[in-house]
Amino acid sequence: MSNRREGASQSRAEFRDVYNAWLRHHRLSAADSLFRVLDNLLSSVLTWLVIGIALALPVGLNVALDNVSRLSGNWDSPAQISLFLRDGVSVEQAGELQTQLDQRDEVAATRFISREQALEEFSALSGFADVLASLEQNPLPNLILLTPAGQYEGGSVASLREELEAHPDVAEAVLDMEWLQRLNSLMELTRRGVLAVGGLLVLGVVLILGNTIRLAIESRRDEIVIVKLVGGSNAFVRRPFLYTGLWYGVGGGVFAATLVAISLWFLAGPVGQLAELYQSSFQLSGLGVMGALNLVILGGILGLAGSWLAVARHLAAIEPR
Amino acid sequence: MISFDRVSKRYAQGHDALREISIDIARDELVFLTGHSGAGKSTLLRLIMLMERPSRGQLTVDGRNLATVGPRGVPRHRRDIGVVFQNHQLLFDRPVFDNVALPLIIAGYDYREVGRRVRAALDKVGLLERERAMPVTLSGGEQQRVGIARAVVGKPNILLADEPTGNLDPLLSGEIMQLFEEFNRVGVTVLIASHDLALISRLRHRIITLRDGRLVTGSAL
Repeated sequence: MSNRREGASQSRAEFRDVYNAWLRHHRLSAADSLFRVLDNLLSSVLTWLVIGIALALPVGLNVALDNVSRLSGNWDSPAQISLFLRDGVSVEQAGELQTQLDQRDEVAATRFISREQALEEFSALSGFADVLASLEQNPLPNLILLTPAGQYEGGSVASLREELEAHPDVAEAVLDMEWLQRLNSLMELTRRGVLAVGGLLVLGVVLILGNTIRLAIESRRDEIVIVKLVGGSNAFVRRPFLYTGLWYGVGGGVFAATLVAISLWFLAGPVGQLAELYQSSFQLSGLGVMGALNLVILGGILGLAGSWLAVARHLAAIEPR
Repeated sequence: MISFDRVSKRYAQGHDALREISIDIARDELVFLTGHSGAGKSTLLRLIMLMERPSRGQLTVDGRNLATVGPRGVPRHRRDIGVVFQNHQLLFDRPVFDNVALPLIIAGYDYREVGRRVRAALDKVGLLERERAMPVTLSGGEQQRVGIARAVVGKPNILLADEPTGNLDPLLSGEIMQLFEEFNRVGVTVLIASHDLALISRLRHRIITLRDGRLVTGSAL
């Protein structure tokens, strides 16, 4: 019994030794690779720049799109539906319809514009007063302007429009948002495009890093052989290269975040002036701390992926002969 | 300690490097392995450290049947054996200390223990003052002694050496052999491949002779 306990505590001690050794080598590899990366500062900075630019492009475009959609987000709600009423519908009937509509949950507000009011407004604003006066009858219909409640947006506003158009008193219901929808689908298209380009660039980053690590492996081939000769496992040999990839990736992420920040700073002045001209308080929003952190983490992950690719392909092939 | 049982090694090109070799080497022995170049000395050492696998026969090292050691077990097996290479196999971009410490770093010793053991090993081979030197600044004999220090720093039970005196003058060669005899005296099994017959016949240890991959003399005590 005591023997077994001893065995157990001994294996626990062994486990701790192995764990400590593993941790020690991780620290050593991380520090050693970092020193190597910093030792060749110029080529490391070039690698960081390449990765930084490749990451900054899609991320920067995405930030720009976010800003545009934030801007257009200010426009699209509340949307308005214009209900053009049929010719035979009297002002009283129209008032009844308006009260009905006001009681619905989906409707935030309504406004009735009689055909006479519309004609006055139109002749005042259009400058065609003489022409309109010469007409025998008023060509304009009665109109109800309807503002949907805030939570009804997009698809449900469209279905509300369809429902209202089916009403017998309504000649036509127009949702005056088509241009906004076009803008939105254009933005969606752009976003997809950015995503596709971003995917390609990310793949490029992984391949660039893979190639960088492959070169590092080649230049240290003799060392790898010697380490394997004196009993270094594949994991032991792999570790410094994985850390090298990690440092390249993390550095690239930092560069990317910096590039995005610099571009935004560069654009912020003109955008602010433009917004002022339109009497808007719009301001460019950047990556934010979390976004920048995510970018650095993404860089690290890509760095690990690239070096893993290279290590898996090239390291096993190096065996002492 | 090391036992070959009818071991043959045929390379992929059809060349028979070793044929039906049977050898037993006891725990406290120092054995020389000799023969002309191409006789199979290096192949025999490579089999022991699992750089090659036998085509036939059974090879047991330190009670371990090497056929049972898978690819993942190879590094661990190599850590149990100290090897001195003919061309030293040193890391030329690292100082002497780092070279000798390599097996201990791989085995995961903590830094204080590494320093203590490396200095003990360097002291043993007479290079304690050169621990910060780069290998290129050392003479051939000194480089070989760095290689020996690295081979023994992990206190292996078995020490293999492939032509350790290959490029050294007789005086230095004698000193290196003395080192190996010292390690042998403290219980390390030593197997040295060498074609310097004049030197090894003076030393009065068992000599295994290979010719064209066959055993000629010295299969057992």
